[in-house]
Amino acid sequence: MTVAQEVVVEADGLGKSFGRTPVLRDVSLRVARGEALTIFGPNGAGKSTMLRLCATLTRPTVGRLRLFGNEAVGPEVRRRIGVVSHQSFCYPDLTARENLTFFARAYGAAAPEQAAISWLDRVGLADVENRPLRVLSRGMEQRLALARALLPTPDLVLLDEPWSGLDATAADVLTGLLATAKREGRTVITVTHDLDRGLAIADRTCILHRGRIVWEGAVQPASEGQGGVGAARAALDAAYRRVTAPVAA
Amino acid sequence: MWTILRKDLLLEFRTREALSALVVLMLLVLLTFTFAFDPSGAREAAPAVLWVTFIFAGLLSVQRTFLLERENGSWYGLLLTPIDRGAIFIAKMLGNLIVLALAQCVLLLLLMLFLGVPFPAAPGSLLIVNVLGLIGFSALATLFAALSVRLRAREMLLPLLVLPLLVPLVICAVEATRIVLAGGDLASTGPWLRVLVSFDVIFTVAGWMLFEQLVQE
Amino acid sequence: MTVRTRVAPIAEHVLPYAATLMMLIALWCVFIYAPDERMQGPVQRIFYFHVNCAWAAFLSFFVAAGASGLFLWRGRPAHDHLAQAGVQVGMLFCTMVLVTGPIWARPIWGTWWTWDPRLTMTVILWTIFAVYLLLRATAHDDPEIARYGAVLALVGVLDIPLIMVSVRLWRGMHPSVISAPEGKGGLEDPRMITTLLVTLVAFLLLIAWLLWRRYETLRLRDEIHTLEDRLTEVAA
Repeated sequence: MTVAQEVVVEADGLGKSFGRTPVLRDVSLRVARGEALTIFGPNGAGKSTMLRLCATLTRPTVGRLRLFGNEAVGPEVRRRIGVVSHQSFCYPDLTARENLTFFARAYGAAAPEQAAISWLDRVGLADVENRPLRVLSRGMEQRLALARALLPTPDLVLLDEPWSGLDATAADVLTGLLATAKREGRTVITVTHDLDRGLAIADRTCILHRGRIVWEGAVQPASEGQGGVGAARAALDAAYRRVTAPVAA
Repeated sequence: MWTILRKDLLLEFRTREALSALVVLMLLVLLTFTFAFDPSGAREAAPAVLWVTFIFAGLLSVQRTFLLERENGSWYGLLLTPIDRGAIFIAKMLGNLIVLALAQCVLLLLLMLFLGVPFPAAPGSLLIVNVLGLIGFSALATLFAALSVRLRAREMLLPLLVLPLLVPLVICAVEATRIVLAGGDLASTGPWLRVLVSFDVIFTVAGWMLFEQLVQE
Repeated sequence: MTVRTRVAPIAEHVLPYAATLMMLIALWCVFIYAPDERMQGPVQRIFYFHVNCAWAAFLSFFVAAGASGLFLWRGRPAHDHLAQAGVQVGMLFCTMVLVTGPIWARPIWGTWWTWDPRLTMTVILWTIFAVYLLLRATAHDDPEIARYGAVLALVGVLDIPLIMVSVRLWRGMHPSVISAPEGKGGLEDPRMITTLLVTLVAFLLLIAWLLWRRYETLRLRDEIHTLEDRLTEVAA
């Protein structure tokens, strides 16, 4: 527990319905600054919706959501959030470099062209910088998405199934960048099916099922060694099976 | 806002899809009118033909600016940025405006060619009248394109939504164009111009304020 | 919704009877009390309905726009219900205007349709709100449909003054077109004015009642759906 725990995400009795279909029900959680939370859950549990709420892409139907202490969603809040999804959110007809430059400008970066180039290097896309996104592989596309999200140095990083469709190299780059982000003190919330990878970067986990949080757990810090992660994994597995069993039956 | 505009224009000229399709479409509609009308009466109808052609072709192409954003979810990328929603609207509207303006220039030239309309005495006035009409059209069309793009029946709905609202624009733009083509200058377009300007102002502001409502989820 | 609870008793118990009574009085006025108009004869009596339908339509559409604005601002479903009710009732009266117009025009001017500025404007208004109804019908499953409708209603009503001015200008250019006499068509007899006022009050009460009923229907329908959903959820 660090001393000054700024609460980055605070949800109270959050509910979200699309029209009359409820997707999230009575979700309450708190994510402190620098924490890494991974949300697991079967399909249709409402994980993506939860992430979109935190990303300010949608607003709750009931309940309260505070981001960086603000309930109102404005440009200042959006500026501090970076989102990586299974879609890249980039323009297929623009080159990698043009895409990043655009987003750099959009986020008000001081030197957009330089920032774009430097990030292209960091994610290993420097040699394809002038090729349109359309012709890049999925792994490259996702790396670009990562660069897009992290370029404005966001305080909160949100990821929705980020490893989906990635090959091993790209997945490692992603995990590496996330670890760096964590070290830099950014708050990370990940939503995924991938139990192993999701656990590897998490401080805390929870399982979402049918719109509710049905289980929460903590991952022991790295100093405890592999045993910490292993135990967490076992607990998670058990909980997951318990939660999803009735659905399968 | 300029960022978005720059990006949109870059995209547009990269692919050049919208502009070329628009021009060809206008040409075809114009041809249809030419064959439908008795040639001697055609010159009289020129302003009407100009605006009707332009509106129908324009409506079909205006949705593109939003459809572009659906691939890869780049629309969300845009919404996530700290850019004000109203600014997004203005950027989209101006983007549409520029593409439409270019197409309309071509249309005007074709009109003069096919219908034998003489080059006007005051080309500047013609330009201004057309630009004013374009602004109003672009404002309404962009606003409702944002709406229709999210619905299944989008191609059908956009004309339905926009055409009735455009009636004042059509009336005033056609009459003002008629006056200018016949050799009048800006001052002689009088009330038509005033209404046109009001139209532009009202709906640009309305679009700027209401756009946010249409993009929420 | 406290406004509703305060209005409901009057709306449910007083309004229907008041409206019916006024309508009966109005009918008497129109057909018996008011004299024949000199030039047009008995057909002129349709004017009382025609004009009031027009005002009723306008009023309803303004209510719809106001409710739409409130909805966009506050997001309360009740405002959306009122907006929808406003458009539906408005369309009813708008259609009536377009029906009574030709019925009046034919015997007087020998033609079914005249491009009278007000009639023209009514047609345009009719199409705008017909699209509103169409939009809500085809896209009813979209969760944001209420918002879309609200924007359309607002923009539609914003357009009204522009339509009025431009149609008048347009009509001024086509003097050869047969036109209905603008204004009150010369209501010389004070009895006619009284009749007009009586019918106005009757129509106002009628609109109020119709709006109330539509609003209630929409509200109840929404409530039923919500309860249904809750039941299926509990069962799941």
